[in-house]
Amino acid sequence: MTDQTITINDQTFSFEPGETILEVARRNDIDIPTLCYLKGATPTGSCRICVVEVKNARNLLPACSTPAEPGMVVYTESPKVVESRKMTIKLLLSSGNHNCAVRSGDPDNWTAYQLRVQDYDNSGDLCPAWGDCELQNLAFRYQVCGEPFPTAPPHYSMETVNPFIVRDFSRCILCGRCVQACNEIQVNNAISFGYRGAETKIVAAGDRPLRDSDCVFCGECVQACPVGALFEKNARYDWRPWEVKKTRTTCSYCGVGCQLELHVKNNEVVKITGAEDTPPNFGSLCVKGRFGFDFINSGDRLTTPLIKEDGKFRKASWNEALNLTVKWLSEIKETHGPDSIGVLSSARVTNEENYLAQKFTRAALKTNNVDHCARL
Amino acid sequence: MTNSIADIEKAEVILVAGSNTTENHPVLSSFVKRAVKFKGAKLIVVDPRQIKLTRHANMWLRPNLGSDVAWINGLMHVIIKEDLHDQSFIENRTTGFEELKAMVDKFSPDYVESITGIPAQQLIEAARLYGSAKAGSILYCMGITQHTTGTDNVKSLANLAMLCGNLGIEGGGVNPLRGQNNVQGACDMGGLPNVYTGYQKVTDEAARAKMEKAWGVSGLPDKPGLPVTHMVPKAYDGELKAMYIIGENPLVSDPDLNHAEKSFSRLEFLVVQDIFMTETAQQADVVLPSTCFAEKNGTFVNTERRVQRVRKALEPPGSAREDWRITAEISRRMGYPMRYENAREIFEEIAGLTPSYAGITYDRIEKVGIHWPCPTPDHPGTPVLHTQQFTHGKGVFHAIDYIPPAERVDTEYPLYLTTGRLLYQFHTGTMTRRSEGLNDRAPESFVEISAGDAEKNGLIDGQTVRIASRRGEIEARVKVSDQAVDGTVFIPFHFAEAAANRLTNAALDPVANIPEFKVCAVKIEQAA
Repeated sequence: MTDQTITINDQTFSFEPGETILEVARRNDIDIPTLCYLKGATPTGSCRICVVEVKNARNLLPACSTPAEPGMVVYTESPKVVESRKMTIKLLLSSGNHNCAVRSGDPDNWTAYQLRVQDYDNSGDLCPAWGDCELQNLAFRYQVCGEPFPTAPPHYSMETVNPFIVRDFSRCILCGRCVQACNEIQVNNAISFGYRGAETKIVAAGDRPLRDSDCVFCGECVQACPVGALFEKNARYDWRPWEVKKTRTTCSYCGVGCQLELHVKNNEVVKITGAEDTPPNFGSLCVKGRFGFDFINSGDRLTTPLIKEDGKFRKASWNEALNLTVKWLSEIKETHGPDSIGVLSSARVTNEENYLAQKFTRAALKTNNVDHCARL
Repeated sequence: MTNSIADIEKAEVILVAGSNTTENHPVLSSFVKRAVKFKGAKLIVVDPRQIKLTRHANMWLRPNLGSDVAWINGLMHVIIKEDLHDQSFIENRTTGFEELKAMVDKFSPDYVESITGIPAQQLIEAARLYGSAKAGSILYCMGITQHTTGTDNVKSLANLAMLCGNLGIEGGGVNPLRGQNNVQGACDMGGLPNVYTGYQKVTDEAARAKMEKAWGVSGLPDKPGLPVTHMVPKAYDGELKAMYIIGENPLVSDPDLNHAEKSFSRLEFLVVQDIFMTETAQQADVVLPSTCFAEKNGTFVNTERRVQRVRKALEPPGSAREDWRITAEISRRMGYPMRYENAREIFEEIAGLTPSYAGITYDRIEKVGIHWPCPTPDHPGTPVLHTQQFTHGKGVFHAIDYIPPAERVDTEYPLYLTTGRLLYQFHTGTMTRRSEGLNDRAPESFVEISAGDAEKNGLIDGQTVRIASRRGEIEARVKVSDQAVDGTVFIPFHFAEAAANRLTNAALDPVANIPEFKVCAVKIEQAA
C-alpha cells in the first residue's frame, strides 16, 4: 500500500483518498486563500487564487480542485505562487467598480473614477462591502493595487427592483460562488452563468430580474458573495462590520432551528447572516430568517401594559396591570375553582418560559389546564 | 424527528407526505433536494397539491384529501405481498404484525385507488421504491396530522417504517417537521395538559410527588387538564371563566373562528402577554408587553430534538419584560413565589427534574446544541432514536382501518378546501406582515384553484370572490395555479382580514384533539 501522505511547506500530512490539497491544508491550519471555492459545493478552480506550486508539475495547480496524491510536495506561498496571485488580484481589481483604497493607482484619475462609480451606484460612499470583502483582504495581504486607470464602464446596470437583494454587476468578479450556492447548496436552481467572454453575467431565468425568476430570496448567494456584488438591500451602506455587534442565536420562525447571527447597530437589528459551519443549517437561511426581522424594531411593538376600560385600552403601570390580573385570577379561582382557568403557553417562547408557565398553572393555580398551539 | 436533519442526506429513498417543505421548512428542504441531486436518493412526494418539491421528485402521488390511511395501508399491502418487508426487524423488534397484515389485506391497489384517486400502478411503484430501500426516511407535517384521523395517519406511517426496518438506522426514521421554532420545547417542558417536563404523566403518582417536592407544594392536580381545542368550547359553555395567554394568537389560528370569537367574548377575564396587539390581545382585559427572541436569553428545541441557545442581542422596547419574569411576578403576587436570577437557573431546575435533559447545561450547548435524550453530563446526545429498542420495548403495529374525513363535498358545497402556509409569511402573520419585503412578495390572501375549476365556475385570475363553508365566509382573490388539482382549492391562513379559519372545520381527532384544518367543503361565488 502506498503511503497516504503529502508534504506541504516542508511538513508531512496524511490524507484520505479523494481529499484535495486545500482540504488537507485547511485541516492542518495552513491558510491557502480562495475566492471561487465554496465549502460543500463542487470546486471549479476558476479564480486561480488558490494556486500552489507542486514539485515536478508543469504549472501551478489550483489547490481547491487538485486531489492530494501520495508523495506530493506542495508549496503554498512560494515566490512563483505569490507572483501569480498578485497578477490575479490585480486583474480582478481592475475588472470593475472596486472603489476601495486598494484600487487607488494613479492619484490623477482617482476622483474621476470615484465620480463614475458614484454615478452608477447612487452613493458617494466607498464600496458597501468595504471591510467585509475577500478581494480587498487579499489585496492588502499581497500588497496589490488595481490598474492605475479605470476600466471600461460596467456592461450591466444594477438590479434594485426586488425588496431584498441588490445585484451590483459592476462589482461582480464572476467567481460563481452565488451560482453554486443556489444550485448546489439550496438547490433552488434560479441563477446561472449567462452570455460569453467579456459579456459574461450571472443571470436568472434568461436574464430577468430575480423577482421574475425561480428565486425564493433565501439570500444564500448574498452570504456566499466574496465581494460587494450581492448585498442585502436594507443593509447596503447602512452596515459596516465595525459598526455592528454580532450575536449568535436561534431563528424564531419554523422548527428547523437555524443558527444565525444578529447584526445589531444602535439597538436595532440591521442584518442577519447564517452561522457558518454549524448544524443544523451550516450557514443557510430562508427568506424569513434572513430578511424577515423588521418586526423586532417595529413601532407597533407593545411597550407598556394596557388595561381595557369601557371597551378601550388605556396605558397602565406594571403594578396596576399585574394587580388587576392577580385580583381577577384569584377571585375566579376562589369562586369557580382552579379548573375554571386556562393557560396557553407558547411554541414561540423559550423552554424556560414554557416551564414556568406550566409550573405556575400547576403549582399556583392548581389546575392542569395548560396547553399551547402545537395542534394549530 | 426520530432522526437528525443532516441524516436526510443519508437516505436512499425519501417519502415526503403532507409537507410543503420548500415553503414551510425551506432550509430543511435543501437537505432533501441535495440528497436527490447529488446523493442519488429517490424522492416520493405525496400531497394533494402539486407543490414545488414535486419538481425534484421521482414520483408525485396525489391523494384525495383525508385519505392517508388508505394509501399508507396500500403501500404496506404491496410491500407485504411482494415480500419487501424486513422479516428480522419485525420478528425482533415488533409485535402485532399478524393483525396489521390482516388489516392491510383488503387495501389492494385497486381498492386504494377507489378511495384515494392514486392510480394503482403508481402505488405499486412507490411501494417497490420505498420497500426496496436499505434506508428510507419519512418526512411528514401538518398535511398528515391536521385531520380527524391525524393519530391514525401518524401511526400508519410508523407502521410503514417498522415494516421495512427503517427505524433506529441512519437515513431512516419517521420524521415530523415542527412548524414553530419551539413547539418541540413547549411540549418537552410540559406545556401540555397531561404531562410535566419530559412527558412525565400528571396521572403518575411518583411524578406528582417528585414535582411537589421540587416545587415545595402539595396537592398537585391529578387529572389531565383541557387541551386548547377543548378550552374554547368550554369557554363558550361558560365553564371556563378566565384565560392567561402567552404569545399565541388563537383568534386567527383556531378553526371555525366565528365560533372561537364568541367563545372568547364569553370569558370573564382574559389576559394576553405578547409583543404585538394581536387579534387575540384586542379581546383582552389586560395586555402585558413581552420581549421577542432577540431580547432574551434561553433555549429553543428544534424539530430534530436539538436543544439550542437563544441569546439576548438588544434591549426590549419601552417597559416590555421577558415572559418568564412576568409569569414569575404574577405567581409571586398570587402567593407562590418563584425566585430566579436568570434563564440559566430555570434551565438547571428543568434538567434536574427531566431525565432526558439531565445531561444538558448551557455550557455544553454554548457552541453546538445537543439532541435529547441526554441523560448524563458525559452523554453525547441522541441524534437517532430507537437504535436498540423502542421506548416501551417492542414497537407495536397498529391495525388501522380507513375512516373518511368529517366533512364531505355535496351539491351545496362542491369543492374541497385545504389550508396552509406560504413561504413569505408565517403563521398568523404578526411578525412577517410587519416586513415590507415579505408583504411585497405575499401581500394578501387568495384562493388557489385549478384552471379547470376556474373555468367551470366562470372565475378569472385576480378577481375577488366569496368563499363560504357551513361555518363562515371570506373574500379573496382567485389565483389560478398549476399547483391546484381539480376539485380542491387552497387558502393560506396568515391573513386575519380574510381568515381561512372562518371556513375550517373544528372537528377533532379523538386522541390528539387536533382539528381537521386540512379538509372542509366550500363553495365559491362571485363577490357582490
